[in-house]
Amino acid sequence: MITVEELRVDFRRGEDILNAVAGITFHVTAGESYGLVGESGSGKSSVLLALSGLAKEWSGTIQIAGETPTERRSMDFCRSVQMVFQDPFGSLHPKHTVDSILSEPLSIHGLGDISDRVSAALTEIGLDQSFRFRYPHQLSGGQRQRIAIARALILAPKVILLDEPTSALDVSVQAEILNLLSDIRDRRGLTFVLVSHDLAVVAHMCSRFGVMHLGELVEEMTVERLRTGEPEHPFTRQLIAAARGYEPATS
Amino acid sequence: MTPAWNSTRWLLSHTPGSKVQARLGRIYMGWLTFRSNPIGMTGLVIVALLVAVAILAPWLSEHTPFTQSLPDRLRPPSHDHWFGTDELGRDIFSRIVHGTRITLLIVCLVVIVAAPLGLVVGSVSGYFGGWLDIVAMRITDIVLAFPRLILALAFVAALGPGLENAVIAIAVTAWPPYARIARAETMTIRHSDFINAARLQGATHFRVITCHVFPMCASSLIIRVSLDMAGIILTAAGLGFLGLGAQPPAPEWGAMVSSGRQFMLDQWWVAAIPGLAILIVSLGFNLLGDGLRDVLDPRSH
Repeated sequence: MITVEELRVDFRRGEDILNAVAGITFHVTAGESYGLVGESGSGKSSVLLALSGLAKEWSGTIQIAGETPTERRSMDFCRSVQMVFQDPFGSLHPKHTVDSILSEPLSIHGLGDISDRVSAALTEIGLDQSFRFRYPHQLSGGQRQRIAIARALILAPKVILLDEPTSALDVSVQAEILNLLSDIRDRRGLTFVLVSHDLAVVAHMCSRFGVMHLGELVEEMTVERLRTGEPEHPFTRQLIAAARGYEPATS
Repeated sequence: MTPAWNSTRWLLSHTPGSKVQARLGRIYMGWLTFRSNPIGMTGLVIVALLVAVAILAPWLSEHTPFTQSLPDRLRPPSHDHWFGTDELGRDIFSRIVHGTRITLLIVCLVVIVAAPLGLVVGSVSGYFGGWLDIVAMRITDIVLAFPRLILALAFVAALGPGLENAVIAIAVTAWPPYARIARAETMTIRHSDFINAARLQGATHFRVITCHVFPMCASSLIIRVSLDMAGIILTAAGLGFLGLGAQPPAPEWGAMVSSGRQFMLDQWWVAAIPGLAILIVSLGFNLLGDGLRDVLDPRSH
């Protein structure tokens, strides 16, 4: 479903060129959930930007849902690849109601039954119809993220790119959103690429993940090996130690 | 239908049942904020009065604004002529009342031309950036660099005096600040996630600009336009004063001040009354703009 080979992403600001991703390769099969984990600045979000076609300058090979993402996305590409952003406060238009946020993709793609589809989408993400005509400022962070998920789902895509979908939420809401995402994935047979700095989130959602460090993919692991085996790269060990949290210094 | 149906509760509902209810509720919330602002309310009352007077002009004035009566020239304010008469014996009260129509017409026409023009130029150049932005903003800078009244004067001098040309001249000089504001607002949101999300859904640039960028620019633009209306009135009056705006015998306030100038010392009312009208109306628009800013500007909360 997704093939990434020797992907390099550069950001240019004037004369300076910042190399965010330095040639990474990975494959994701249909129906799989692949995680990218790493600290901030490791280039993991840049990989998602390139996958979605939002990054301007990248080189290498990307095949996602049979297409190479470019700045001019085809309508088919939009219908097969969607994204959920990190900050639910910034990803919903502050002056649009939930109803118009969810109906817009449908009207862009000329789909009918807009009203029925919007109400079905609300039901699917576990919000009742009373939310339909609210503005984002009348919703909590978790509710907003649900709306953002509904918006990504409403075109029935095959691939969903998740950019730290829970890092802006409280811990109790994080689990709800993650469970909602995995329910929807199982029901619809979606392919996920999940980016997170939190190894626990990645381990909960994904079967396989890559560890990114300073723009490179230093190690690929399965979740089983995370539980049983030892990681090879020292940075991965560091991440695992950080994810285990505050263990007593003596152990 | 339940007798206890309460319109306030319907408007303030947290679970609106339709798009219309959600929008009206939002407007009502703004109205509640605006109502508690005495300055803004004063402005609103003045502007509402202006509009009412303009609509009811023929019924409010006993005399016609054009009937000359030389035996009655330069009469002081009296029971018969509330604001006195001018040098041709015309009733100043009815001229002021009919002048509201001209003033409102100028303001509305300028706003209808200048605000959308500035909005489009600013949001398109802010959204696309690059050379388009550079070219559009340099043109804006050039227009901004001219003193407004002087540029309007030059336009009217080239096009010939008259109300329509005055409107065109003012509109041509009024759009650059709107373009600046719209561009600044657009630049702050163009890389935001909701714009990216719309692009990912396949929205065209045209759709992103009209459906996503315009609503974000609207509130700052409305504030600026309502504050500028006073300036527009003054510029129009200035052109009228110089004889380049509405032509006689149209009861334009600036032209009335100008014709009263020669009787200033002995018959003060001929110039002072239209001057006062200009003052009150521009004050009203300024106060209204201030009140709107308190409601609409997210930074002022």
